[in-house]
Amino acid sequence: MQWDIVIGLEIHVQLATKTKIFSGSSTAYGAEPNTQANAVDLAMPGTLPVPNEQAFRYAVMFGLAVNAEIERRSVFERKNYFYPDLPKGYQTTQLERPIVGPGYVDIDLASGESKRVRIHHAHLEEDAGKSLHEDFHGMTGIDLNRAGTPLIEVVTEPDMTNADEAVAFAKKLHGIVTSLGICDGDMSQGSMRFDVNISLKPKGSDTLGTRTETKNLNSFRFMEQAIAHEVERQMDILEDGGTIVQETRLYNGDRDESRSMRTKEEANDYRYFPCPDLLPVEIDDAFIDEARNSLPELPDARKARFKEQYGLNDYDAGLLAGDSKLAAFFEAAADRGKDAKLASNWVQGEFSARLNAEEKSVADSPISGKQLGDLVVRIADNTISSAGAKKVFEALWAGENDSVDAIIDAKGLKQVSDTGELEKMVDEVLASMPDQVAQYQQESDPKKQKKMLGGFMGPLMKASKGQGNPKLFNEILVKKLGG
Amino acid sequence: MHNKSVAELSRELESGKISSVELTRQFLGRLEKEDEQLNSFITITEEQALADAHAADEQRAAGKATPWTGVPFAHKDIFCTNGVATTCGSKMLANFVPPYDATVTENFRKAGAVCLGKTNMDEFAMGSSTESSYFGATANPWGLSQGEKRVPGGSSGGSAAAVAARLVPAATATDTGGSIRQPAALCGVTGLKPTYGRVSRYGMIAFASSLDQGGTMARTAEDNALMLNVMAGFDPKDSTSIDRDVPDYTATLNEPLTGLRIGLPKEYFAGNLSAAMEEQVRGAIREYEKLGATVKEVSLPHADLAIAAYYVIAPAEASANLSRFDGARYGYRCEDPKDLLDMYTRTRAEGFGTEVKRRILVGTYALSAGYFDAYYLKAQKVRRLIQQDFINAFKEVDVLMSPTTPSPAFTQGEKTSDPVTMYLEDVFTIAINLAGIPAMSVPAGFVDGLPVGLQIIGDYFSEARLLNAAHQFQQVTDWHQREPQ
Repeated sequence: MQWDIVIGLEIHVQLATKTKIFSGSSTAYGAEPNTQANAVDLAMPGTLPVPNEQAFRYAVMFGLAVNAEIERRSVFERKNYFYPDLPKGYQTTQLERPIVGPGYVDIDLASGESKRVRIHHAHLEEDAGKSLHEDFHGMTGIDLNRAGTPLIEVVTEPDMTNADEAVAFAKKLHGIVTSLGICDGDMSQGSMRFDVNISLKPKGSDTLGTRTETKNLNSFRFMEQAIAHEVERQMDILEDGGTIVQETRLYNGDRDESRSMRTKEEANDYRYFPCPDLLPVEIDDAFIDEARNSLPELPDARKARFKEQYGLNDYDAGLLAGDSKLAAFFEAAADRGKDAKLASNWVQGEFSARLNAEEKSVADSPISGKQLGDLVVRIADNTISSAGAKKVFEALWAGENDSVDAIIDAKGLKQVSDTGELEKMVDEVLASMPDQVAQYQQESDPKKQKKMLGGFMGPLMKASKGQGNPKLFNEILVKKLGG
Repeated sequence: MHNKSVAELSRELESGKISSVELTRQFLGRLEKEDEQLNSFITITEEQALADAHAADEQRAAGKATPWTGVPFAHKDIFCTNGVATTCGSKMLANFVPPYDATVTENFRKAGAVCLGKTNMDEFAMGSSTESSYFGATANPWGLSQGEKRVPGGSSGGSAAAVAARLVPAATATDTGGSIRQPAALCGVTGLKPTYGRVSRYGMIAFASSLDQGGTMARTAEDNALMLNVMAGFDPKDSTSIDRDVPDYTATLNEPLTGLRIGLPKEYFAGNLSAAMEEQVRGAIREYEKLGATVKEVSLPHADLAIAAYYVIAPAEASANLSRFDGARYGYRCEDPKDLLDMYTRTRAEGFGTEVKRRILVGTYALSAGYFDAYYLKAQKVRRLIQQDFINAFKEVDVLMSPTTPSPAFTQGEKTSDPVTMYLEDVFTIAINLAGIPAMSVPAGFVDGLPVGLQIIGDYFSEARLLNAAHQFQQVTDWHQREPQ
């Protein structure tokens, strides 16, 4: 039996406003528990919410960036349920008239094609506090610092058909909100959280299957794993002739396990009704225009600019432009010299690999784009070889010195590129290896000849104390050996 | 001194004949004695009051006195008072001491008034008799003077009784379905519910957010005007607060009433009150005609739907507003909770009284899946029709008048067995809250020795006109000056 996978995403984006959505408390991350929760956040008697204008501005910017309609008269509803991280016993959210209406985001597939993922809507709501289950002797600690932080919840249509598309969309959305500056995009801090809705249907069928929801995935890797895990779980059930239970599940990325959190029958009746403490928020043309004029460069526009300005190909441009911090890093590097392609290779290659290995984000990088750019310049102008470049990179990363040139000098990595000097060395080495020279000249297969060049490189590098420009050595060897 | 109005006390203090400290001592002494049988106060803040009085005397000496400086009054125990217990008449908040002031509290503080304490009320403002208070019922001083235990009305029964008994010249109150006007009528005092949004709700513990409004209670219209001057105004901490200038409500009290067009809603005179009551109310209306007003019949066609709509909407909002009372962060918590669910269920089972639970259940039901459209949504649509009735009526007349209540003060226990009979107490007052318009109750006579109130209803932001109409009436009648013995 062949199956179609149907995926929809709900993404919670924490807005980077200075204060909370309905109170003046700070939203800064990392404070001591319960030091950023005032009387309103604690739902003390008689306290009232006051909407944060910046949250609306950010929501409108988001709506414009995803080609969506902006709701001119949006309303807040109360979603009622009891939980200790929800002080009022209800969450203030939007249901009937969310601030952002239907929109879309185009993603790049691995095949090179573009696919449109539709956004059903996005709405503003308040975040709940945090429940900490460790360190409290079997009880749960409640930290209400996060309670009241503004969120945009983005809900897509079930347009994605596999994990790659879902991750591509998630990354694209991440790039958009970080480029807009409305979210810091730090997923380890919970700035973006993903819920995945998955169902299977027989291939080609028009009827959607029963879907499950897997909540609170906070990395692209976990999302990918969770999707694979859930698809397999559902396929096993369906192929055994069973039925999927509509439920909410939690995925544990470290153990690659999932468990049911609650079923549809156990689900709450949230008894939504318009919040009588908040008036409908009227957005006028002036507000929207101001937001539109303040939009910074978005990933798609940046990608086009990278192709034009730096001559990058579609793939490289897309990858570098997608994340605003990575893009800024790349530009700082590329602008130091004239070889954007080489800068792109180093950013995507050595630099990204190192970040991944150390589980760092671009923001945590110990080197700046400028420094990497200086390194690329010295490679491009032949001051150092690629082997030498790797050593410089290590030294920069370790913080041995801020300056690329200082490191090159300190480690004596400057390669000799004076062809006169190099020719002399080649002559000397060739003279000392007459048998190998003869073998080379007698060989008819060019491929085998190329391999034999390697045999001369060792002695040449020794003779030049590692500073000979290997590329030039190669050229001179081929010239002198002839054949 | 205890018989003097706020305006008169203000003049006494201004003249220097008495200090605020001395005045406060007198009121406190009397209050402590008289409230034994009345039980109109939950908390008496003697020390704080004397400290405030002292500060008031200093303000006056520095030439910085306002009309309220040094004048004693009380707050309904629904307004948060920093450092002073604010119980809302409930076991759930019996131990709650807010670390913040309601905006109304702050306003009176800034005006230099001296708060003597917090008055009794129906639990969480849900009731029309003050019998549901965790701190016991308040007695109606008029009933006491006849040797009977009668209710002062509710939910602001403590404020009404305290003012009627001259324990304070004025007290703040709140009105969601009639909770200022009905007790004012039953206790023979003057009370006003302003336009929704006129007075900040910040720090005023919420019952039904779209209906609650803080207001005034005193013996005279002039005192109500002085109170409203302090209470009204935009508050950025309350998103439903209206940004509109506050006039000096005392400046227009003496405008003549010639040409005032009074409408009598026929639905409010349709045989739902006793002949004796109707006679008193019509007598009051005749006084208005003597003052130059004209009277005509009008109609509020959807009047009979008001109680039903209210008892869907108010409990629905209350069911959400009271969810925060869970024993976790403040207030009552059950002993030795086993787990989270146990803490929630026992705290709320033990902390809330019967009427509160009843309304939370009704409200939850009205909002629940499958019932929302038929109840909550439908009630809100009906509300719009009720509002439209008033808008239409005010095209033809300037104010509406009616009895405030269908009967005078009933006896304790008389209406507690069937909640609906209690709800029907609000038959004339409730539609006003649904529409958000202002209304007053003014003492208009007596039936069997018990006070009768005349309700005066106005268009949005017509408080000045209402107070003017009440004040002029009080120049030619003395119902408002009668004192229970």
